[in-house]
Amino acid sequence: MSRKHRVIPGFGLTAGFTIFYLSLIILIPLIALFIKAAGLGLDDWWDILTSPRVMAAAKLTFGASAAAAVVSTILGLLVTWVLVRYSFPGKRLLDGMVDLPFALPTAVAGITLTQIYAPNGWVGQYLDKMGIQAAYNATGVFIALTFIGFPFVVRTVQPILEDMGKEIEEAAATLGANRWTTFRQVIFPMLVPALITGFTLAFARAIGEYGSVIFISGNLPMKTEILPLLIVSQLEQYNYEAAAVIASGMLLVSFVMLILINLLQRRLDWQK
Amino acid sequence: MKTTTIFSTFALSVLTTGFAHAAELLNVSYDPTREFYTDFNDAFKTHWKEKTGEVVKISQSHGGSGKQARSVIDGLPADVVTLALSGDIDIIATKTKAIPKHWQSRLPNNSSPYTSTIVFVTRNGNPKQIKDWADLIKPGVEVITPNPKTSGGARWNYLAAWAWADKEYQGDRKQVLGYIKRLFANVPVLDAGARASTTTFAQRGIGDVFLSWENEAYLIEKEFPGKTTIVYPSISILAEPPVAVVTKNTDKKGTTKIAQAYLEYLYTDVGQELAAKHFYRPRNAQIAEKYSKQFPTISLVTLDEKFGGWSKAQKEHFDDGGTFDQIYSVK
Repeated sequence: MSRKHRVIPGFGLTAGFTIFYLSLIILIPLIALFIKAAGLGLDDWWDILTSPRVMAAAKLTFGASAAAAVVSTILGLLVTWVLVRYSFPGKRLLDGMVDLPFALPTAVAGITLTQIYAPNGWVGQYLDKMGIQAAYNATGVFIALTFIGFPFVVRTVQPILEDMGKEIEEAAATLGANRWTTFRQVIFPMLVPALITGFTLAFARAIGEYGSVIFISGNLPMKTEILPLLIVSQLEQYNYEAAAVIASGMLLVSFVMLILINLLQRRLDWQK
Repeated sequence: MKTTTIFSTFALSVLTTGFAHAAELLNVSYDPTREFYTDFNDAFKTHWKEKTGEVVKISQSHGGSGKQARSVIDGLPADVVTLALSGDIDIIATKTKAIPKHWQSRLPNNSSPYTSTIVFVTRNGNPKQIKDWADLIKPGVEVITPNPKTSGGARWNYLAAWAWADKEYQGDRKQVLGYIKRLFANVPVLDAGARASTTTFAQRGIGDVFLSWENEAYLIEKEFPGKTTIVYPSISILAEPPVAVVTKNTDKKGTTKIAQAYLEYLYTDVGQELAAKHFYRPRNAQIAEKYSKQFPTISLVTLDEKFGGWSKAQKEHFDDGGTFDQIYSVK
């Protein structure tokens, strides 16, 4: 018997369950989506995906998602730093609040954000005076997506930063590095993989986000429609195939982007 | 101690099986009917108990009309559907065969026991003097309406505006389209659903005029007293929200008779009175007379006369490439 002995048995059972479970809740629905979309020919696919409205919505969805993910990453790092490196009264409470966007129903988030940023809202009225419109346009979409995305960054970076001992910084200091150099040359490189993961999660989540965005975006065709709204519009016409095509297109683009980010991460790991 | 537990569990199970025998109806409806059907269900329960001695349990489900229709197509076991558009029930009929094709002739008045129309809601006292459809395209007037692509109510708004423009420009299609285009150029926010638009207008304070269901307009007035004024345009559209028994589901569950009685009860004096109370226009002439102050007579076009039925209107105006897409794609 060439079978390897493992310390903890049960590979067959757990792997079997894993495959079964992944098939049931991820693979089968995705395959069903592509089958539905395959009801249309390639020409129809092309026509639907390149129609001006879908293109405009795609630009907004991917653009705002990327921008929101970048900002989430920067803000997330800052928040994580504060939460890990300092202790102050109310820290636990603040730490708990980070998770709120996960728990809040997205529609509630959307309505609340709109209430605050609409031209007559608490914050919106001052922005309005400065000539900035923060709701019912791309800015509003960006705000909602930042809200949704930033906990992902905090929660991926936090454990890494917690594990990173103070000794490393002290060692750097004894070797003559000033604070900025220590951060730039020692701490930041160690955080990069986690930051990229956080960015990826925030980005992926933002692309699919519907509930919170539709309240604050204004939904104007060619201007502030997001891709998920176009999918809903197609469903509303009982045009299941076209909805599936847009969804599949979104999925393919997201998939390619996620793979690229993964590759980038691998390369960074390699260089170390 | 243990015996009592066992006994009470037993009693409970007997009790619940007893209840399970009571007929259960699921009414799948659209958004703004929530309050009306809550009252109507109570009335029907009492009526049915008196008439047959049976207890009936009624559950309601509400949401956007199209979304609700899709749920029924996907298998939600509705006994009756009470939706915003006949097109949504047509789709259930063609996709699932759960409702016979001729459903609309099974009940009086095209199977719509109450009607509604589209009116204007302006800020209190109507500061921008918005009197009719022509005023909506004036520069500086902001109009709030949901997106016709995602909201059934918004489609009625759109068709009402179209009907006015068609009359005004004597059927000159280019001018009608021009009007609609300028109208939507004045729309700063296109919410996905009617209730979301209500929030945008009434709570966010955005827009000068809100194109709304008549019943929703009165609800806003009730909710925000002294904040809004209802304006009746010279012409509007007669919306006929239809109802139907989902025969395939009720045959399976054995509830066909009671579901039928439930819908018929909408046409009785009690049902009509309740509809009027919730700001739906009753079909019954006497009850309509009684509430005539609430429902001013205005010129109403019907979908069949003016637009040749729902499926034709949907295709011409709201499907991909329809007139609504045209006004946004042509720069």
